[in-house]
This record gives sequence, structure tokens and C-alpha cells, in this order.
Amino acid sequence: MKILVAVKRVVDANVKIRVKADNSGVELTNAKMAINPFCEIAVEEAIRIKEKGQADEVIVVSIGDKACQEQIRTSLALGADRGIHVEAEDGVQPLAVAKILKALIDKEGIGLVLLGKQSIDSDNNQVAQMLAALGNMPQGTFACAVELTDGKVKVTREIDGGEQTVLLSLPAVISSDLRLNEPRYASLPNIMKAKKKPIDTVTPADLGVNTASGLKIIAVEPPPARSAGVKVADVDELISKLKTEAKVI
Amino acid sequence: MIRDTETLTQLIDMVERFVRERLMPAEQDVAEHYRIPEDIVQEMKALGLFGMTIPEAYGGLGLSMEEEIHVAMTLGRTSPAFRSILGTNNGIGSAAIVFDGTEEQKQRFLPKYASGEWVGCFCLTEPDVGSDAGALKATARRDGDHYVLNGTKRFITNGPVADTFNVMARTNPDIKGARGISAFIVEKGTPGITLGPVDRKMGQAGSLTCDVIFEDCRVPAANLIGREGEGFITAMKVLDRGRLHIAGVSVGVSERLIDDALAFAMSRKQFGVAIAEHQLIQAMLADSKTESYAARCMVLETARQRDEGKNVSTESAACKLFATEMVGRVADRAVQIHGGAGYMSEYAVERFYRDVRLFRLYEGTSQIQQLIIARNMIRDAS
Repeated sequence: MKILVAVKRVVDANVKIRVKADNSGVELTNAKMAINPFCEIAVEEAIRIKEKGQADEVIVVSIGDKACQEQIRTSLALGADRGIHVEAEDGVQPLAVAKILKALIDKEGIGLVLLGKQSIDSDNNQVAQMLAALGNMPQGTFACAVELTDGKVKVTREIDGGEQTVLLSLPAVISSDLRLNEPRYASLPNIMKAKKKPIDTVTPADLGVNTASGLKIIAVEPPPARSAGVKVADVDELISKLKTEAKVI
Repeated sequence: MIRDTETLTQLIDMVERFVRERLMPAEQDVAEHYRIPEDIVQEMKALGLFGMTIPEAYGGLGLSMEEEIHVAMTLGRTSPAFRSILGTNNGIGSAAIVFDGTEEQKQRFLPKYASGEWVGCFCLTEPDVGSDAGALKATARRDGDHYVLNGTKRFITNGPVADTFNVMARTNPDIKGARGISAFIVEKGTPGITLGPVDRKMGQAGSLTCDVIFEDCRVPAANLIGREGEGFITAMKVLDRGRLHIAGVSVGVSERLIDDALAFAMSRKQFGVAIAEHQLIQAMLADSKTESYAARCMVLETARQRDEGKNVSTESAACKLFATEMVGRVADRAVQIHGGAGYMSEYAVERFYRDVRLFRLYEGTSQIQQLIIARNMIRDAS
């Protein structure tokens, strides 16, 4: 069985981000970039499945400009077998991403797709769901446990108020939540060896996908700064303010 | 000479992340318990950190000097004790074999250093012999197909946990100076080796040092590194590389100290504003940044020249001198910026202030670096 994992290049989670002066987006000049943390968890899970002997190959795909090959290389260093770089302008929207992945599933004969539940830059949380719909495949989103048994996959999902376990037939789409696993560090020798693993480059057009977006970002603004709190004299005043001002009770 | 920028970036990113997520949170624990937790040592081995400079043919990564310096600067951002445990395998503990060992010695020792299965150490300093290393007193007397070693070696980093000892001893008692010295590799468990108690030090808690005493210790002649009488030359080659490495670590520590001092200055309020707004604090921050940056540029430039095959003996000594003195000043300012808090063990700057003091002393004191630089200048001009 082949596993396909998609990884997105995003601003490193440890970087303090700033909005561009003209509000057209986030300032990316000199910003350190990394694999989206949820995608990294998906890569780790795929590698663990392969290490258990339940998969033959882990293929990592990233969509974006040439720079996103860095994130493919990082995934290869972690243990993925080969990479596919879909060369496109940055900012491909979720539906187009889902269509690209659908085309790759058909082309490669993928048995299981592992994705991050959302990316920490745009926070859309849409690709897994759209991909499942496009491919008419079962989906297990927000996974915190994944277990392959007898040609099916058991996915424990984090949902409001608890956990839900679903049994999916393959091929299936799974999106990872934060607690699915703790990704390993790539060892230095594996980072060196990853250089020799293959990365193929294709374009959305090769896959028959049009990435033109109907969506236009008008402005990106930072959240308002937190204003100072007030001291209350007693519990009565606190309750009164919670009712009348904060309107939370 | 960075062979592949992308791969190096990945490597540095990984080390940086490991430092941030695993090592920095453990700093206080290491300082309090004088030891690095075993699980962290095992992780470092699994990540390949013990074999960075060992050639690829022997299971290491074969990093160039410039690449090594990038890693050293990254590791410098946390307690020097962490770097110390893997420092000997990547440097003074293995370098003699890398430079001058026989093929058989390389095959036998280097893969074990690279994996971290064995820890190596470097035994040059003695109770009466420090800067004047050529005057060392330990002896190695030939006896059939063995050498018999006698002498005491002092302040041996990783001595308490070493599996091999790279020992400099005098094979020719008739020659008092450097030419009578030879280098040996001695395995742990060889009869006649005694370890002294672990040294108590001003700083770098968790970095283990001790006396190593050799008494009629019989070492196979096959364990001689290079030729008889060439041990001092080997040792100097080892230290030449080590100096640049220590300079790189000093740059890393200075950057950490600046980060800590800046974060403190931006959050601590006095006279109604963050102290970072006060110009006298700004002057200290700016001086530290400038000096640290200058050292970074020096060290990287020298590393590049070394990778190009140039003799950088003078430049390496200059880097060691400047970078280690620089980090001393930066640590002092970091404590000053913290005010009274900087004197408290709760803040990392107090610990680093003590840790960095060693950089000006080992692998040649600042004064020895001055001598090397000046003597080279005079030699080149005459």
C-alpha cells in the first residue's frame, strides 16, 4: 500500500509574525519557514505505519514555489521515501489543493491519504474534507489515533465533548490532530541521506487542475491588542460586570 | 565550504530545534545534579551528534570546518555541558586518529566514536604542565611490542566516562622538549589506569573532568598514533581545529546571552518604562551585539579559509582570543542588565557567566593565543 502525505510550507510556529505595512498579507521576508506542524504529525504517522510493515511506500507532496522542496526534503529526512513537488504560485486555495491531491491519488494508486487537519497560516481546515468528497472516499478528520487492521483503518477522532471512533475502508482520507503523535527529530545521517531520495516536479496543469482562485484577500490585519483589565471591588460587582458588560453569564 | 546549503540548513534547523525543545528545558536540572540525563545522551547519539566531524567513510558526517562551526554556534545556545559530552568525540578525543592514525586504527576506533558507543578523551595537560605542553613529564617506555605508560594527566574532559584515552607521553627521555613526545590511544580497562575523583568546578556543571593516572600501563605498540616523536605535532593540529570550534561555541553562547538580556530588558520596568528604553542599557545591548557579530564573521571566515586548505594557525588563535574574551564581556553585561536578578541562580545568565570563564582558559589561554599570533606575525615578516 502507498501512503500519500501532503505537507505545507508555512512560517515557523516560533516566529513572531507581523502584518505587512500595506495590509496585503503577512511579512515573509527573512521569516523562518517550516513544515506546518499538523502536516509533520501526518508524516510521522505515515512513517510509523510503514515501520510496522503496513505500508510499502510513503510519498510526500507539497504544492507551492520551488522553496517548498525544503519541506519535502525534511519529510524525506524523517523517513518518507520520495517526494512530489507540484510547482505552483503560493496561495493555492483548498479546493484546488484537494483536486491536485485527487489527481495524484488516481495517478499513483494511493491506499491512504494522511493530511494535517489545518495549516497554521490560513487555518482553513478544508482540504481533507473536500478531498474525501471529490474522491468519494471515507474520511477520519481530527485523528488522535490511527490503526490499520484487515484492509480497514480505525480512526479515533477528537470531537467536542470526547472521542469518536470510526472504521473506514480503504482508500481513505485522514487528517491529524495535535495529539496523534510526537514527531521525531530527523537524525543527522538521515538528513544527509535524504539528499539522494528522488523528488519529481509536476505542474497543476500536468494533473489537469486549474488553480485560479475565485477568492481575493482584501486586507490582513493583526488582532486588536489586549486592553488593560479593571479591578473590581467585590464579588457582586464582578458578577454584575460579567452579566452586563462581558455578557458571559 | 558548504557543500549543499539546503542540507546544511536542514541540519542546523534540526539541531536548533533539539536545543530549544530538549536541551534548554534541561539546563537547570543538569546544573543542579552535575550530570546530563542518560536519556538525553542517548538521544544525542541517535541523532548522530557524536559523529559530526568523523569522516563519512567511518560512519560520521564528515562536516567541513564551516559546517561544524554552524553546528557549534547552534549548540552554544545552551549549557556548554551538553556540547562537552559530545565535544571530545567530534574534536580532541578523535582528531588525532583522524589526522595521523593508521587505516587499522581508523577502522577500529572512528565508527565507535561516530555512533557514540565509545567516548574518547584527550590527555595532554598534567599537574605541572599546562601552557608549556612541550615540557610534559608522562613517559612511555618501549618494552617489546608494548609501551609502558607512567604519569598523571589533569582536568581531562570526559575522563570519568571515557572509553579511550588519547595520551601524549614522552618516548624519548633524552629530548626534553616537544620532539620527545608521542601520541597513544589507550583503551579503558587496560591495567594501570586509575581515575581521580570528578573535579568540582566554578561552572559548566555536568561537564565531567578528572585526573587520569597511568601506572605501568602496558599499551600495544600498534596503538601509537603516527610516528614516535611526532605526538606533539599531532596534538597541536588537534588543538588548532579545537580553537576554532571553541570560538564558534563562544559566539553561540554570546547570542544566547544577548537574547536573554534583551528579553529581560524589554520586560523589566524601572522609572516607568522598560529598561530597554534607557540609553545606558541600550549601549550595553548594542556593544554586545556588535562584538558578537564581529566574532561570528571572524570565525566563519577563518573556517572557510581552513576548508580551502589555507594555514589558519594565526587566524584560529585570533578567533579563539577574540571570541572567548568577547563572550566574557557579553556575559558580564548580561548580568549587569539583569541587575540584582542576574546574580540569582534562577536566571540562566548567572550560570552562563560562570560557564564562559573556562573558554578563556582551555585549549590554550588567551595569553598563549597572543603568543601564537605575535610569534607567527614576526616569523612571517622575518
